[in-house]
Amino acid sequence: LAHGGGGRAMRDLIEEVFTDVFLPPGSEDQARLMTGALQEPGAQLAFTTDSFVVTPLEFPGGDIGKLAVCGTVNDLAVGGAVPLWLSASFIIEEGTEIALLRRIVASMATEAAKAGVRIVTGDTKVVGRGSCDQVFITTAGVGVIAPGCDIRAEHIRPGDVAIVNGVLGDHGATILAARGDLALSTPLQSDCQPLNHLMQAVLAAAPDTRAARDATRGGLASALNEMAEAAGVTVEIEETALPLRAEVKGMCEILGLDPLYLANEGTLVVFVPEDQAEAALTAMRGTEAGRGAVVIGRAGPKGSVPAVMRTAFGGQRIVDMLVGEQLPRIC
Amino acid sequence: MAKGRLIRVRGQVQGVGFRPFVWQLAQRMGLRGWVLNDAEGVLIAVAGGDLGAFEVALVAEAPALARVVAVEGTEWEPEESAEFEIRASGPAGAETGVTPDAATCPDCAEEIRSAGRRQGYAFANCTNCGPRFSILKALPYDRAQTTMAGFTLCPECAGEYADPGDRRFHAQPIACPACGPRLWFEGERGAQDGDAVALAAEALRAGKVLAIKGLGGFHLCVDATNTGAIDLLRARKHRPGKPLALMAGLELVKRHAQVTEAEEQRLRDPAAPIVLLRKGGAALPEALAPGQVQLGWMLPYTPLHHLLCDAMDRPLVMTSGNLSGQPQVIGNADAREKLAGFVDGFLMHDRDIARRLDDSVERADPPMVLRRARGRVPGTLPLPKGLPDAQVVAYGGQMKSAICLVKGGRALLGHHLGELDEALTWEAFQQADRDYAALFDHAPQAVAVDLHPDFRATRHGRARAEAEGLRLIEVQHHHAHMAAALGEAGWHPETPDDRAVGVILDGLGLGPDGSIWGGEVLLGDYRAVRRVAALRPAPLIGGDRAQAEPWRNALVRLDQAGLGDLAGRLFPQAPLALARQVAGSGVNAPASSSAGRLFDAVAGCLGICPMGQSYEGEAAMRLEALADLADQPIGAGGYAMSIEGAEIDPAPMIRAMAEDLDMGVVPGVIAARFHAGLAEAFATAARAAADEAGTRVIALSGGCFQNARLLREMTLRLDGYQLCLPREVPANDGGLAFGQALVALAQLESR
Ligand SMILES: [Fe+3]
Ligand SMILES: [Mg+2]
Ligand SMILES: [Zn+2]
Ligand SMILES: [Zn+2]
Repeated sequence: LAHGGGGRAMRDLIEEVFTDVFLPPGSEDQARLMTGALQEPGAQLAFTTDSFVVTPLEFPGGDIGKLAVCGTVNDLAVGGAVPLWLSASFIIEEGTEIALLRRIVASMATEAAKAGVRIVTGDTKVVGRGSCDQVFITTAGVGVIAPGCDIRAEHIRPGDVAIVNGVLGDHGATILAARGDLALSTPLQSDCQPLNHLMQAVLAAAPDTRAARDATRGGLASALNEMAEAAGVTVEIEETALPLRAEVKGMCEILGLDPLYLANEGTLVVFVPEDQAEAALTAMRGTEAGRGAVVIGRAGPKGSVPAVMRTAFGGQRIVDMLVGEQLPRIC
Repeated sequence: MAKGRLIRVRGQVQGVGFRPFVWQLAQRMGLRGWVLNDAEGVLIAVAGGDLGAFEVALVAEAPALARVVAVEGTEWEPEESAEFEIRASGPAGAETGVTPDAATCPDCAEEIRSAGRRQGYAFANCTNCGPRFSILKALPYDRAQTTMAGFTLCPECAGEYADPGDRRFHAQPIACPACGPRLWFEGERGAQDGDAVALAAEALRAGKVLAIKGLGGFHLCVDATNTGAIDLLRARKHRPGKPLALMAGLELVKRHAQVTEAEEQRLRDPAAPIVLLRKGGAALPEALAPGQVQLGWMLPYTPLHHLLCDAMDRPLVMTSGNLSGQPQVIGNADAREKLAGFVDGFLMHDRDIARRLDDSVERADPPMVLRRARGRVPGTLPLPKGLPDAQVVAYGGQMKSAICLVKGGRALLGHHLGELDEALTWEAFQQADRDYAALFDHAPQAVAVDLHPDFRATRHGRARAEAEGLRLIEVQHHHAHMAAALGEAGWHPETPDDRAVGVILDGLGLGPDGSIWGGEVLLGDYRAVRRVAALRPAPLIGGDRAQAEPWRNALVRLDQAGLGDLAGRLFPQAPLALARQVAGSGVNAPASSSAGRLFDAVAGCLGICPMGQSYEGEAAMRLEALADLADQPIGAGGYAMSIEGAEIDPAPMIRAMAEDLDMGVVPGVIAARFHAGLAEAFATAARAAADEAGTRVIALSGGCFQNARLLREMTLRLDGYQLCLPREVPANDGGLAFGQALVALAQLESR
């Protein structure tokens, strides 16, 4: 790829790789959107944006394009929004293979279809070699939150039950293995997937759902800490209840990593009142993204720290936010 | 009328029977005047006799638990009275003193075994003994502020309490069966009728596991001569190999251990610590401390323990009553909830424990406190001369956490708390922070923390400094270890150019260069140090995970020595190829000069728990024991390490060890040669650094110096130098806060 300056070559590229795949026909500089959902009294607009950078660009179970769609869809979904439209903006390093771009774009289209969203506007910039690492993508998303739906971390109360939709750490472990420094041959795949259908199912089954968060960077540990802190509770999770694949466990063991801190791209934690936990669990398990849903713990009154884990032997380990890279501490 | 003297006595002089002692002394010498407690200690006004002799006797004959730090006298105009009286605390300030808990004194031990109202009573005590810090809820130290508050004194006890001639005069926890705490035995179906001690003894003799409420927490107890009971305890506690502490009367201890005079003295200290003693005489089950030459023993230190030990007449295992990794349980309800699955019964009582205090762990030769807790805190330590008179709080490390407060030229090094990622330990840390601040009436100017940003203690200190606008002083881990040893020995620079050398052999700590340190020769003073030599770094495969699995450390050291094949033969079940990639990739494999991990590496090569340690320090402790068991002499030649510039490389040592392994040299000999070689290399580097800097002062510290063999090898090779050794302040991270505080003081001054 050797394009830049906004000339003819650039326009060709955009048309060929991008526009044909997911932009609606039209020649205006802005998408013009209509929705009845917003006309309902009390409905809210949800709006989010995120930039995506990952090495390698393609990995088992996904690629940067899939990540860019799911990430933004999920940020909308965990707020209770039905995601409707996305924008996608690309920064492309000169010399990047066209074939790779095509694969990324195709994967975005597939994922958007799965999630039921449309990518309605976008942009591309080609920059010189070394100015970026092949492809960076920024997506923004707009969704609608139904009237009366108000889920947020502050609503979590002591007694509420914490549920995750499936195994932890697959994405982080997959990326580590795919980096190639380690000749790890694992059957692991990223968990990257849209969670909006799952979230809507939970909201329908458990109308008093308090809050949800996707456990992306910083893993489940960070999500729990943020939520507990906002709510003024202490969350206690059970070590023995945490869903982990044997491969992830094994990899964490050899690498000395804690799966609670591994990134996920299709895993969320949701807090529901105890009497709706069963309904939420059943609803989740009925969706593709929630087959492995389990209860991992519950919220309790505020203690000395936001989150603890009851260990297999009954101890209570503090689950912290990750501060930078984990340096060894055992003297 | 002749002039009198007004005498100020400072130190640990409150709550230890000091006033009645002064009263009796005055009676004996026919003096008049008065004595009282106040905010600064004890104040005495005295006249009418040989006052010089009186002042001498004040120090020479002071009560057992008193620690007189200073006696300052001025002239005093005598009052009319012809009496000598004990006065109530002056309005100038309340009493502040609270002393460490003290083991039952000989008088009280005798009393519970003799006919009388306290015969067989489990809670007898007097001014010379009994609970103190462990029952303290708030200051000043007064019965109403302790967990004895709910027990109203009966007339007889009240009489003793008020009688200056009685050894129970103003003993706050005084009690008797009529008015004091009650003991009972609790089985599965609740409290049982009958003699609680007899019921407990019967259960123990039947091989049962009991929870016994002691002074600073619950113990788990079994008959130490019963292998089945020991195995049962280990299985229930998920504690397969960690040595278990023992309790027995002195006679019995001597039947199972070699006890030197110094060791006996330490056993009988009012602190009643666990003392490490070499096995000897009648053998006890190996399961008590697999692979160890030593066992940890303590004497009964409460009347309850005395009664139980009498009833059993055999050694008892007394290990802290906790879930694996958690702090010791202290509450009755908590014990029932948490220990129910571990024990077959409880020996309970209704005197609450206000503060969790583990048993202190010590060694007599070379003298060293390994864990500073019950009986030692809240004792204070003097500071070296020349540091500014400022108030500083230091928050210590992540493991073996302990807090240190400095004020008025003294340091209060708090009790062992444990590992701060455990939620209950973290709560105990915060409680200790509040408690000690109140106890010391502390208003710090600066907060000292470790350089490591992820130590919970560091974050706590940072947050406090920020919230209160205090100066934050970050201290490199091994600088703190060095300062602790220097400070305890009282070293202080005579001139601004005076320097000391520190040999710090440790687990690990963050260096100022961002790498992980742990086998260091440092040169400097309290204010600053420079690294003059260090162990050649090796990757910690999997970060902290490397600590748990000796094979990881063996692998990197074998590879560095060009002995990769041997690793394959020694650790066939380990994922070596993958581990090597991790080491090369740097995913989670930071380079480290840790000496502790070198011990693990060598232990792993000798087949000592290569795939996993069952407790922290197991590999190194068993390596030391192996050398001792083989009766290898101290001072013999060891494996040479190469010293090139600032790098001490163990590769030649590892190659020599591999040759010995090949030739079938017994592991004990290899272990001894390793200790000697490590000492030789670091002693050589230390001597070179000292000679070049023109100093004779060398401090030894860091967790590895808990290893008595290493310490002996090292001191032997540094003969002629002025050594600063950790004694009261633990060489491990339990002493870190003391060193941090000293560095902070020095840096405050230099600003
Ligand atoms: Fe240390
Ligand atoms: Mg986001
Ligand atoms: Zn006594
Ligand atoms: Zn009484």
